[in-house]
Amino acid sequence: MIKKRFILNFPPDSGDKPFSYHLVKDYDIRINILKAEVYPGKRGSLLLELQGKKDNIEKGVEYLNKQNIICESLDKRIHFKEEKCIDCGNCTAVCFAGSLTMNRDSWKLEFDKEKCVVCELCIPACPLHLFEIDFR
Amino acid sequence: MQKTKTYEEINLKLKSGKAVILTAEEVAKMALECSPEDILEKVDVVTTATFGAMCSSGAIINFGHASPPIRMEKIRLNGVPCYEGLAAVDSYIGATACDPDNPSYGGAHVIQDLLEGKDVLLEAWGKGTDCYPRKHIRTKINISTINEFTLFNPRNAYQNYNVAVNSTKKMIHTYMGTLLPNLRNATYSTSGELSPLLNDPGFRTIGLGTRIFLGGTQGFVVWPGTQFNTSKPKNEYGIPVSNSATIAVMGNLKEMSPEYLQAAYYDKYGVSLFVGIGIPIPILDVEMARRVSVNNSQIETSVLDYGTEGTPKLGQVTYSELQSGTIKIGGQKIRTAPVSSLSKARKIAGELKKWLQNGDFEITKPVQMFPKNTSLKSLKETEADND
Ligand code: SF4
Ligand code: SF4
Repeated sequence: MIKKRFILNFPPDSGDKPFSYHLVKDYDIRINILKAEVYPGKRGSLLLELQGKKDNIEKGVEYLNKQNIICESLDKRIHFKEEKCIDCGNCTAVCFAGSLTMNRDSWKLEFDKEKCVVCELCIPACPLHLFEIDFR
Repeated sequence: MQKTKTYEEINLKLKSGKAVILTAEEVAKMALECSPEDILEKVDVVTTATFGAMCSSGAIINFGHASPPIRMEKIRLNGVPCYEGLAAVDSYIGATACDPDNPSYGGAHVIQDLLEGKDVLLEAWGKGTDCYPRKHIRTKINISTINEFTLFNPRNAYQNYNVAVNSTKKMIHTYMGTLLPNLRNATYSTSGELSPLLNDPGFRTIGLGTRIFLGGTQGFVVWPGTQFNTSKPKNEYGIPVSNSATIAVMGNLKEMSPEYLQAAYYDKYGVSLFVGIGIPIPILDVEMARRVSVNNSQIETSVLDYGTEGTPKLGQVTYSELQSGTIKIGGQKIRTAPVSSLSKARKIAGELKKWLQNGDFEITKPVQMFPKNTSLKSLKETEADND
């Protein structure tokens, strides 16, 4: 079992295909939608986390490509230099995914990587510039 | 029961290790069960602190004379412009100064680099005079090669500050952080009940000459801060409900620690300096005991719309609400985020408490109290603006 993140870009005419049904049923892939920007009649995009067997995920991606859905593997992860953090809270102001939060007792920064949707807003928001993108 | 205490009495207790010192957060908690009279009897000094970005900060530097000497009339430190109108080798580097071609590295970063012991490139030019014949110098300096290195901040430690929100459809970048559109976040900057000037709102113990914690060493309050404003509306606890008074502070940078000073760059805004300040408040009488007892539910501040010209006020909230993570403005729930470090402020209040307990730190009676009934002028324009 592996977990991988993808950005899916839909052409305007593919908005209503039940692709998720096929991914689940035919390839035994679990789907976690992290972020959705689908505008009816226009291009849309989805940030997904797919969990399943490695070869099944590969086949699933192949299937998506055949449906004209552009599927970009997202090997980006946000990383921050924790030892330099001053717990000012600036990054938590922009992190609407709830990945960066202040602990309300210690007032120290907490980073829940699982919730990160790689929106990258924290990168310019940190006045100490502690965030970086890891490409893996 | 004793009705008042003097500075001398408190200092004697501090020297003999018998004084009782609490942080402002500890005393706020204690006040939920104790009367101001009890607090006056039990507590001698309360420590307050803040660690936030304070743009009106900077350092006085004396570079020493080279041979042959130069009258520095244009000065750059790592490319950052410094003030050149102070004799031959004195200068002042402002925290927000920067080279427009390299906006993310400014005066605050130069101060931090020097503080951390790094080499910094000094380049200076002069016209050449009979007594200062030299016209150019380019050399590396560091904290041990320069003479005086003095932090001098004209406006620090705001007594309260606004909450920033943005009602427009566009994200904006401010000194209060990144403000998401449509009121999707709110940022606030003071340490609430721990904040120095909120624990002595009438400036009864803080004045000219007050010894403080500054950047990890002992510094002083040297003047009212610029934009010192005592006429802002106050709430029922006597606390102004928006940014009001400030202090000017000074201290020896050579004794300071990078742990309590930190350069910052706000994207699309500019450079600033986080400054750690702690102020001890002596409990001289019941009135001071009452002042330091305030808690976050009694301290209110104004919510301003930074996206709209004139920053209109959208509401008023308490620090309890702000620290809870959400506030409500016009029925809308808004997520809050601090932009100054409460965990560092707590560390400073704790450190100052230790200094006082060890007898290393004397409290000072101000040499002169700050003015009352001050207000601010805005800049009136007399010439047609052709821009
Ligand atoms: S990239 Fe976005 S979601 Fe991830 S931590 Fe930064 S702000 Fe939060
Ligand atoms: S903005 Fe930067 S320094 Fe401030 S809490 Fe976030 S990571 Fe830490």
